[in-house]
Amino acid sequence: MYFGRVVGRVWSTVKAPQLSGHRLLIVQPLGPDLQNRGKRIICADCVGAGSGELIYWVRGKEASFPFLPQEPPLDTTIVGIVDSVHLKAARDPATAPGREPKRNNARKPSRKA
Amino acid sequence: MILARVVGTVVATRKDPRLEGKKLLILKPVTPDGADESGYVISVDTVGAGFRERVIAVAGSSARMAEGCKDTPVDNAIVGIVDDVQLD
Repeated sequence: MYFGRVVGRVWSTVKAPQLSGHRLLIVQPLGPDLQNRGKRIICADCVGAGSGELIYWVRGKEASFPFLPQEPPLDTTIVGIVDSVHLKAARDPATAPGREPKRNNARKPSRKA
Repeated sequence: MILARVVGTVVATRKDPRLEGKKLLILKPVTPDGADESGYVISVDTVGAGFRERVIAVAGSSARMAEGCKDTPVDNAIVGIVDDVQLD
């Protein structure tokens, strides 16, 4: 499953009969940092997501599972609306607490006679 | 699913017998604004799409769920003709 943001809608009259009644939304995929990542796609919606909302979507055959026992021809479906995201920032080992930064400037004792 | 534009047709005589009678179209993926994107894909038409029409194409095993594609060697199918796109 991937993050995405709803950025628009698509209308279609002539379509597969199994698709009638489904809302088709344009979704911009996002990375875990919630920055845009990749091309915009068209997703079906099973949760009632609205414009501008942060959602997560599923790809592949599983995208038709929310609509069982029907199996509409869908490969991307919005399956959740995101309330909040907590992403632990990658720690810089040099500044992590409990560890002294490594120093390379220690001088070797001189070999003077 | 992706948004795409029909840019051509494919004619094949020797093919899997389960593909007989299927219309094969060449699709160019487009952005919701209408600009071309990279690549192209050959897709089975299940809705009667025409040249230069904007369509919705489904990929992967879900394409076999489209009308008349059950148990056929198909991994991309056109499942809708786009009337309008609204970007917020």
